[in-house]
This record gives sequence, C-alpha cells and structure tokens, in this order.
Amino acid sequence: MKLVLNFTPVWAELELILDGIMLTIGLSAAAIVLGSALAVLLVGLKSLAPRWVGLLVDAYVELMRNTPFLIQLFMIFFGLPLLGLKMSGATAGLLAMTMNLGAYATEIIRAGVDATHKSQIEAGLSLALTRLQVFRYVVLNPAFAKVWPALSSQFVLMMLASSICSFISVSELSGAAAIIESRTFRSFETYIVVTLVYLALALALKSSLLLLGKRLFPNASGLERLDVKAGSV
Amino acid sequence: MATFGFPEMMFILRSAGWTLLLTALAFTIGGIMGGGLAVLRLSQSRILRNIAAGYILVIQSIPVLMVLFMSYYGLSLFGIDLPPFLAASASLAVYCSAYLAEIWRGSIQSVPFQQWEASSSLALTRAQQYRYVILPQAVRVSLPPTVGFLVQLVKNTSIVSVVGFVELSRAGTLVNNATFQPFKVFTVVAIIYFLICFPLSRLSRHLEKVMHAGRRH
Repeated sequence: MKLVLNFTPVWAELELILDGIMLTIGLSAAAIVLGSALAVLLVGLKSLAPRWVGLLVDAYVELMRNTPFLIQLFMIFFGLPLLGLKMSGATAGLLAMTMNLGAYATEIIRAGVDATHKSQIEAGLSLALTRLQVFRYVVLNPAFAKVWPALSSQFVLMMLASSICSFISVSELSGAAAIIESRTFRSFETYIVVTLVYLALALALKSSLLLLGKRLFPNASGLERLDVKAGSV
Repeated sequence: MATFGFPEMMFILRSAGWTLLLTALAFTIGGIMGGGLAVLRLSQSRILRNIAAGYILVIQSIPVLMVLFMSYYGLSLFGIDLPPFLAASASLAVYCSAYLAEIWRGSIQSVPFQQWEASSSLALTRAQQYRYVILPQAVRVSLPPTVGFLVQLVKNTSIVSVVGFVELSRAGTLVNNATFQPFKVFTVVAIIYFLICFPLSRLSRHLEKVMHAGRRH
C-alpha cells in the first residue's frame, strides 16, 4: 500500500475554490431568506385563507418533503426550459433550494404556530387587532422564537445540500471541486480540502444562527422551545 | 430518438428496485455502526465519548455528497476496489450511521436515569442493563424518528449516481438523455420516490401519535 498525498496542485487552484465558496454562501443566504419568506407566506395562507388553500399548501409541502432535492432540481433545470423559461444553472439551483427549504420551513414554523394557545389569539382579537395583525404579532413572532433551533438546523442542512447543485454544473464549492479534480487528478486531496471548507462553513453558519437567535428572540427560554425535528433534503 | 415507452418504464422501475436495495443495505450497515456509536457516545470513558461525538459532528456538518466522495476515493486510495453498488452502500452507511447514532443516543437518554440506578443496584452489568432494561424502553421512543430518517436515506440515495451506480435517479437521467422528455421522465421518477417515501412519512407520524413520543417535555 502506497499512500502519497500531494496538495500542491490543489492549492494552485485556490481561486476556483474561493469563487466556489462565494457562490455557495450566496446561494445559501439567498435561499434562506427567500425560502423563509415563502414559508411565512404558506403558513399565513394555511392560517388565514380558506380551507382548500390550506390543503393545497399541505400537498405542496408533502410533495417537496417526499421527493429528492436532486429530482426537484432536474425538473426545474431540464423541465422549465421546455415551457420557455430558460435559466442559468445557478438560478435553477436557487429556485430549487428556495422551493425545497420553503416546504421544510413551512412544516417547522407551522409546528410553532400550532403551539400558540387559543386564548392568545382571542386576546389579540379582543384588542381590536385585525386577523392579519394577530397573525403577525401574536402568532408568528413567538412561533419563530420557539422553532428557531429547528429552523437553524434546516438552514444548515440546506447549505450542505447546495452541493447537489453541482449535478447541473453550477460551480459552487462542489462544482469547483469537480473542476479541480478533473484538472489535477488529485481526487482525494481535492475532496479533503473542500470537505474541510464545508465543515468550517457549517460550523460558522450554525454558531451565527445561534447568536442571531439570541439577539432576535432574547426572551425565548429553552423550555418554551419546541422539539421539532429538522430533516435533510 | 427514442420515446418514453414501455422498455424505458421497465428500466426505471427496475432501477427503483436498486434504490430500495441500496437503502436496505446502507440502513443495515449504518444501523450497526450507528448503534455502536450511540453506545460509545454514552460510554463511561470520556475519550470514547469524544471520539464518537467528533465523528457525528463532522459527518453531520458536511454534505452527503462529500461523505460519498471521501469514502469512495478514500477506499480506493487504500487499495480497496469495491464494485459501485458496495461502494455506494458503504458511503451511504457512513452518512446513515452518524444520524442514527444521534437519534438513538437521544432515545437511550430519554429513559429515566433511575432505570440505570435501579438496574445497577440489581447487580446487572452494563451490557445486561442495556439488553434487559434500557433498550426495550428506548426502542419504542426511537421508532418514529428512525422511520422518519429512512425517508431521508431513500431520498439521499439519489446522489450515489456520481460514483457510477445506476439507481432510480440515474436511470431517469439516462432515459431523459435518450428521449429529451424531462417533464415526463422526472415526473415518473418523482412519483416513484413519492410512493416509497410518503407511506414511510405517514408511518413515522402515526408511530409518533401512538407512542406519545413526539415531544419529550
């Protein structure tokens, strides 16, 4: 057995790796913001709109949660151009990530919304708040505070799943790795470096989300938090 | 140009069988590894605890794709040349083990501490405590999240095509490359995945309800 690791050719491609890191961060950040917005919209529809709209939301959530992210990505990237919607790999990746994260976040936030006590809503309504205001201030805010840990894990999982975008040749971190591998033939070395970068990114994202949670929801105690499971995509 | 007809459909269905087989093998190997890790994670030796915790943290903080590449190229670097199916199962088992270990650690810890104390005062060894007192109670708690994780595993088998194994997703890609009917092909593939995953999701939710194990406080 001869085990020789040579990292020099990989370091020569540092620029590609840095570009990949930027794209991974950009895609993940955008998907987190847009996906959360989509989730709030869907949870709002489920709480405020007529029942059949809620059923549609349920169907969407179940469809997204029970099919692989890769297939969703393929449907968007290969399928939508047939309808005249041509888009770059990165755009397709962002759209797929947003739709996928939106479904998972809907399920998580909904658990927080369901945990709101009925008397809270009644109290809000009796203060002459509109239903939308009650949803916004009485229901949604505490719900976010309760499910923040689960939501954070889901965000981290989405960042990790962004690696699947390399399947449609988006040159985010994994895509960059594939390019470097084909240029240098140093597969193991390339993937060691990229894996360590992912590890650092995930740990950094995890701790920043923890800090953000403490800032955003200073009053949420650990006990109030719901035990909602995040699921990988 | 081929059309999406009966032979293509059969090809996709056969590949779905491979997806199931891959899931079963990865879950079996990953389950054995995960069980060991969960026990290590709760062992009385601090070093063993930290090793298990470190392994779990690292695997859970990197993409499944990287676990796949690392174990695939890692194995071949050490001169072990596995056929694609075994290589893919081994890589998925590594991924699976970290998540199952965390789920099962939580389930073991949900058994009240007094159960440990009571059984140790009956002079049971640690292995006996696990076998007769702790595990029978922990298994109940662990069932819903374990079945839930199975759904994630089925979905994540979709990315093993990168190491050259033809399962459901890869079959879809191949058929699409030949027929250029992405909507039709990937809709069929998505439906098959859904038919595998949705019942499992429902089963997990059902078990959670029957066992009242959904919320722990």
